[in-house]
Amino acid sequence: MAHCSQLTMKKELISLRVNGRTHETAIEPSALLLDVLRQELQLTGSKRGCDDSSCGACTVLIDGVAMMSCTLLAASCEGQEITTIEGVSEHGSLAAIQKAYGDWGGAQCGYCTPGFVMTVKSLLAENPDPSEEDVRAALSSNLCRCTGYNQMYEAIRSAIAAERAEVASTE
Amino acid sequence: MVDAAEKTTGSGKYTDDLSLPGMLIGKILHSPYPHARIKKIDTSRAEKLDGVVAVAVGADAPNPYGILPVGHDEHALALDKVRYVGDNVACVAAISEAIAERALELIDVEYEVLPAYFDPEESMKAQSDFIHENKPRNIEKDYHHVFGDPEKGFAEADEIAEARFISNEVTHAAMEPHSTLASFEIDPHTGKPGRLTVWSSTQVPYYLQHKLSLVLEMPMAQIRVIKPLVGGGFGGKSEVIPLEIIAAIAARKAKAPVKITYTREEVFWAHRGRPRTIIDLKTGVKKDGRITSVQARVIQDGGAYCSYGVVTILYSGALLGALYDIPNIQYDGYRVLTNKPACGAMRGHGTVNVRFAFESQLDELAAKIGMDPAQIRRRNLLQPPCITVNGLRVQSYGLPECIDKIVERSNWNQRRGKLPTGRGLGIACSHYVSGAANSIIRSDMPHSTVNIKIDRDGGVVVYTGASEIGQGSDTMTAQIAAEVLGCSLSRVRIIAADTDLTPIDIGSYSSRVTFMAGNATLRAATEVKKLIAAAAAKKMECSAEELVFRDDVVFKKRGGPPSLSRLSRQDGEVGSASISGHVEGQILRGSLQQKSKDEAPRDQMTFEAAVVAAIDFHGALTGTGSYAPPPQARGGKHKGAGVGPSPAYSYSAQVAEVTVDEDTGEVTVHKVWAAHDCGRALNPVAVEGQIIGSVWMGMGQALTEEMVWKDGMLMNPGLLEYRSPSSVESPDVEAIIVESIDPEGPFGAKECSEGSLAATIPAIANAIYDAVGVRLHESPFTPERVLAALRAKKNAKALNLTEGIDPTAPARLREHGGSLCYQGKGPLRHVSDPARNGAPAGGAD
Repeated sequence: MAHCSQLTMKKELISLRVNGRTHETAIEPSALLLDVLRQELQLTGSKRGCDDSSCGACTVLIDGVAMMSCTLLAASCEGQEITTIEGVSEHGSLAAIQKAYGDWGGAQCGYCTPGFVMTVKSLLAENPDPSEEDVRAALSSNLCRCTGYNQMYEAIRSAIAAERAEVASTE
Repeated sequence: MVDAAEKTTGSGKYTDDLSLPGMLIGKILHSPYPHARIKKIDTSRAEKLDGVVAVAVGADAPNPYGILPVGHDEHALALDKVRYVGDNVACVAAISEAIAERALELIDVEYEVLPAYFDPEESMKAQSDFIHENKPRNIEKDYHHVFGDPEKGFAEADEIAEARFISNEVTHAAMEPHSTLASFEIDPHTGKPGRLTVWSSTQVPYYLQHKLSLVLEMPMAQIRVIKPLVGGGFGGKSEVIPLEIIAAIAARKAKAPVKITYTREEVFWAHRGRPRTIIDLKTGVKKDGRITSVQARVIQDGGAYCSYGVVTILYSGALLGALYDIPNIQYDGYRVLTNKPACGAMRGHGTVNVRFAFESQLDELAAKIGMDPAQIRRRNLLQPPCITVNGLRVQSYGLPECIDKIVERSNWNQRRGKLPTGRGLGIACSHYVSGAANSIIRSDMPHSTVNIKIDRDGGVVVYTGASEIGQGSDTMTAQIAAEVLGCSLSRVRIIAADTDLTPIDIGSYSSRVTFMAGNATLRAATEVKKLIAAAAAKKMECSAEELVFRDDVVFKKRGGPPSLSRLSRQDGEVGSASISGHVEGQILRGSLQQKSKDEAPRDQMTFEAAVVAAIDFHGALTGTGSYAPPPQARGGKHKGAGVGPSPAYSYSAQVAEVTVDEDTGEVTVHKVWAAHDCGRALNPVAVEGQIIGSVWMGMGQALTEEMVWKDGMLMNPGLLEYRSPSSVESPDVEAIIVESIDPEGPFGAKECSEGSLAATIPAIANAIYDAVGVRLHESPFTPERVLAALRAKKNAKALNLTEGIDPTAPARLREHGGSLCYQGKGPLRHVSDPARNGAPAGGAD
């Protein structure tokens, strides 16, 4: 008769920095970051869309770099700054890319949107003035079934312009 | 879009984001055989596993169900037979996913393997071991229609083309896997499971409520279905999917909430996508381009259960009409059962594959008579208002303008046939229903009902059964209510798709929501507006007809629209929705007192003040609106006539520009110009998004998407293997909105989400012909198929490029690694399968 403790590993305490806050939680060493975010920390914005790291709906930033949280062990992310979609907007207002996605139809069903927003953030942090080709290539790690991607490009262009205008107005 | 912020911030909840205290995770045991009798199921070992709360099997809920009244051939958990690899056998509810998965391995099932059928043309010849006993020769349904005199039509034709077309199987692959959370309340009198609440990723909450009631033997009033955010459907959630009922069965047995979320692989196995279709098409035209006759014989590989099958095979024939003027049609359609996951409804339904065949063949005939392909289409336009030879009523018809627009924007006349070899332009048209005129469950019930309630704060609450699945249903509802009431969108709150709160809407499928739920919303808003207008008219001492509702103000027409500043000077109120506290006191005090303050009748009042007056005069301020399609739109009386008729059709014309690499066979789509007649674009950004999304999905089916089968086993149950296109494979799509202003649509609107998908496939096929002179009759147009066609054109020997390394025909079974269901073991092979005998995993090939 198999005992449940033989199926599951003994939990260990880890400390994760997520969206600027420290969370202490007990997890099995085999736990994936995506599951810990969604279940232990109730940050359900990051999504699971596939079984094999092929869709990008789980994309988060690890120290600013876009990574698929379904492929990371939560325990291996201790000591790193994790940013999820919940950490993107300043409380009470939308980031430029979020507003642009809403205005330009970049989000239809919205399931892929958190992953795309994280990928776009990572792209723009690295390359603030990307070409069409740069944008297409960067977005290729995220799959969408609704939009055909076209309106996302418009949203991204609009967000870049909006941020530039904001920066210009504060200078 | 009113729900954009929920999506872009990740704060919106999809079903798998929900949890309840004491919730258990459910995991389903799937059949490893394509066709087998269940001799015995022993769940005792699984039940003893620590952490397992309940194990459910077919006997726990033996009532059959299905989406069509004629197709109640499914059981949530198999009773006596499994009919496809992936069929549902048992469900474990446990305290964690890991324990539930382990418990699946402890369920002992004894199967008696039966011969299985995988090819529809072979399956139709079956003499025994039918998949369903009551469907001899594995034919779910067949139809034979003759309209006009097709034989005479062919005799009159100057040119005839005849060919077989094959569209391979595709699936919706919505980004959100299916998920259901079921929870029973405890009945306070008996302590037994009482009222059931189900949250599910569904396009059809009311059909789900109905099927749950059938299977669980509970009154519908005891079942509450709530639709959270849904991450895409495209038809994959337009019927009740097994996990939705299994979760409720498990919750009842476990006496605890149970959530089941499919893995991506399980989504592929659940399928309900577009069937592989074999179309034998014959078309005749005269020298002047006029179509004289069409004969179509269609075989759909429907999989193991009926699902929407009867409707799908009817759409294949019915929508040969209502696009062009075709005087004579012969249609023979066969929906065939095979031992694979059932096919259902997928964007464009049964019209898509036949449209691929027809538009390709029309292109061929144009070439034969030396006519430009855009011109031949112009020669065959309908003259609405009219009723087609197969009983379809057409009113608004924007197809001519669609064709004109894409011909102009793509520079068709200057470029088609004149681009360098390897680059080409192709044109095609398609159309779709704006909802079916005849509902699935026939009754006189309206197809949509909407309630509106307005309170003293001026907040407008719309209760609609319509299901938002990413297509913009909630936004459309809010816009229509705001437009009728002349109030700002921010006042409007949508409460949708909760069977306890909202009136019935039959669901988000066949693109019915804008036309039908939109009309119901318009009627409800109009009804409540009458009450407000009557009260405002009393206060302003005029007749209700003189009043205009706009920008949160109600004003007399002859005065012209008020300026905001004039308004605020007059009553000390501000005419905007973000009114703050200083007005509140006046509202609560009531209009009587307001009247005594200002003696003279006014020319305008704020929306809020008008609402307050109306509540004072009438009591509660509510309105109800319903929509049912008019009898004139419901079609003919022949067998199967119920499918095809619609109150309005959308129209699409497209040009695709492609490059074909003659060395690799790779097709690149550079751009698609897609003009879509949606009646009126209530939200142009959303409409463009739907057009682009449809075209993109059509391109996916045209170039890369295909479900590949081997002995009933799906070889590519993953998004990348299935080849859903990423951004780098997706073309620029120019969406062109055409507005024909339908006489019956809400503000003239028709559908915009499905009609454009079908045209993209033949537009690409026809562009390939313009580029390299080959006609492809099988989709997707993979490099292998393109190369085979190029070689055939050059009379070169056919190459078997994948001999010996084709993963679908291996010398030894190559297991699908990483599968949670099969743990790398693969299905047990049938006794007579040669690959069964001693072939180790990952062998020499």
